Amino acid sequence: MNLRDTPDEAAFRGELRAWLQDNLPEELRAHRGGAGRFEELGRAWSRKLYDAGYVGLTWPREYGGAGAPYSHQAIFLEELARSEAPQHIGVIGLGMAGPTIIAHGTDEQKSAHLQRILSAEEIWCQGFSEPEAGSDLASLKTRAELDGDAFVVNGQKVWSSFAHIADFCLLLTRTDADPAKHRGLTYLLVDMRSAGVEVRPLRQITGEGEFNEIFFTDVRVPRANVLGEVGSGWGVAMTTLLHERGTLGFALTAALEVAVRKLIALAKERRVDEGLRERVAREWIELQALRYTNYRALTKLMQTGVPGPEGSIAKLHWSESNQRLTKLALEILDTEAQLLDGGGHGEGYWQFQQLRSRGNTIEAGTSEILRNIVAERVLGLPRSR
Amino acid sequence: MDFAFTDEQELLRSQARSFLAERRSLEAVAEREGSFEPGSWQELAELGWTGVSVSEEEGGAGLGFLEEAVIFEELGRVLYPGPYFSTIALALPALAGHAALLQRVAAGELTATLAHAEAAGPRRLADTGGLATEARQDGAAWTLAGEKVLVPDLGSAGTVVVTARSGGGVGLWSVEGGAREPVETMDSTRPYGVLRLDGAPASLLVEPGSGEEALAQIRTRALAALALEAVGVGEAANALAIEHASSREQFGRAIGVYQAVSHSVVDGYVGVELARSLAYWAAWCVAEGDEQAAVAAAAAKAHAAEAAVAACERSIQVHGGIGFTWEHVLHRLYKRAQWIQAFEGFAPVLRREVASALLDVSEEESTELVQQETPVQQEVA
Repeated sequence: MNLRDTPDEAAFRGELRAWLQDNLPEELRAHRGGAGRFEELGRAWSRKLYDAGYVGLTWPREYGGAGAPYSHQAIFLEELARSEAPQHIGVIGLGMAGPTIIAHGTDEQKSAHLQRILSAEEIWCQGFSEPEAGSDLASLKTRAELDGDAFVVNGQKVWSSFAHIADFCLLLTRTDADPAKHRGLTYLLVDMRSAGVEVRPLRQITGEGEFNEIFFTDVRVPRANVLGEVGSGWGVAMTTLLHERGTLGFALTAALEVAVRKLIALAKERRVDEGLRERVAREWIELQALRYTNYRALTKLMQTGVPGPEGSIAKLHWSESNQRLTKLALEILDTEAQLLDGGGHGEGYWQFQQLRSRGNTIEAGTSEILRNIVAERVLGLPRSR
Repeated sequence: MDFAFTDEQELLRSQARSFLAERRSLEAVAEREGSFEPGSWQELAELGWTGVSVSEEEGGAGLGFLEEAVIFEELGRVLYPGPYFSTIALALPALAGHAALLQRVAAGELTATLAHAEAAGPRRLADTGGLATEARQDGAAWTLAGEKVLVPDLGSAGTVVVTARSGGGVGLWSVEGGAREPVETMDSTRPYGVLRLDGAPASLLVEPGSGEEALAQIRTRALAALALEAVGVGEAANALAIEHASSREQFGRAIGVYQAVSHSVVDGYVGVELARSLAYWAAWCVAEGDEQAAVAAAAAKAHAAEAAVAACERSIQVHGGIGFTWEHVLHRLYKRAQWIQAFEGFAPVLRREVASALLDVSEEESTELVQQETPVQQEVA
């Protein structure tokens, strides 16, 4: 057991920190995302990260990655968050599309996409959820019917981040109306510029738009764009979801760390009473619990190559911590909690964070589904359905 | 970055687990109504557990707190009712430099505890204000006079480390005499006692004036040890809940299929896993003498005690009526979790201490605590 950086890790951290200091444009620092000019800046920023060799750290070298240990990825996410730099704009491509293509893709698919995902030339989105298929993903209805050398896709997807700027979509479709619903699904890589694709942004309770609906009307997708086998889409989709929750814990800890640091600054500035001080301390303790649970998971991942159950635990714990923490910040703002320019930490920072946090227990697996996963796969309790 | 026990430490854990399952199981503890069986102490000594951190010259294994951490957690899982916490966490650090005493502890010939709290004086190790027990020197001989309360495992302790005040300040002495009065506790596996000293002969352990510093170190170690024990207790309660939810059938199905049941079991499990991370972190800090050890131990104990209590409460609920009976072992786990919770203060008290470390310091210092920036490992030649 040694919780300190190894000399190699420290050197990586030191170089990265200096690089961020020199290269992060001031207008991107602490930017909370959204549309418009940010996309342009975000692409340029992602390209800069790529050129400096910080993208795809754990990807194999043959696919353009750095082949570095997972600890470097953890350090990268920590330092990126600490400098309040935005993430690479292609998070879906890096975290989900890339690993799934590496696992299931043909050589043609790998050479067509992997390098372009790393360099942010290709932005990806995910087409899994539907209006009638949320947590019960396997009940999805978007149809893909073979017509010659292409599948013809009809249906609707929802909650799709980045779809409004995406070049490609990870699309899960039904190719067989087999009543055994996990069978008969096929995973397609869809060019978002195909005829018949329409994206409509959804406005969130924060007032901003991160998610979209995607409508597919007679969209022709070449047969060569099937990922895995026709009818084996469920297994391929599980690879995607495993990666979604795989190293997610580190990004979440890093984001929570920034929030706790700001919460402490707010509590100091407002000279809060003993009761609130104790609650601030609690959030710091919960952050460290999350951090060290991730470190345990990281050690296991580096020793065995297989992610443990900590990913689901981290997501559950982080989402609830972030909700509690942001509400605590508003309570510290007290009677001024409604004022969008009274927080002293940027306009409406805490108000935005608090509202945004309500999505945390829904996105990337609702807390209810995650508890089912832990109950069944980690604790071995009998299946509930 | 390597946050795992070594293979040797894992081997120690599996040996401890199989020995305890066979010889000192939770069920066996319950059959004896949680009473201490003095013969069991010698068994622990033969396994080398009483001398883990005692140097090899003094008859110990010359290992550190991480190995002791493994033992604390495993003993917690089976509610071992002997004075391991009192001897190893509370008393042993005060015996440093006293080879004869260390040898006897390592050999299993001597158990010990720490007497600090007083009825009208301090109640916590963190506090020495109003400490009234007096140490008097007559030539080379010391005597102590005063009354100590809340002394863990006093009944079985061979020697008692006592805090007292002399002209030179607060110091620590060991005492074998005095009048001992047992006090019944909710958790029968770790009773308290009252110690009355009326000119009892004493040996000086820690010089007057150095007592506060020694107490602070003992306290950090004790809080980390209790966090580890709490993880063991919580894990045991969770295991019982999982087993019951998987086997108990109602409405024709195992009750674990109902999410009102399974989600509660998951929350108990998640709480203890998070506590485990904090407890191991605190243990590492103690083993390394890290400057964050005190705040890590306070954080870990606060969180782990609450997690263990919650896991027991969820487990009792999942068990239904049977979990509420005396014959079931759950109430014993629950009571130990509550013992741990009360020692040195419930979670809010410890969190206020953490708040001070975070909020009453410079921005640089609080950022260091938030980001957990640790110095770089030394390159091993």
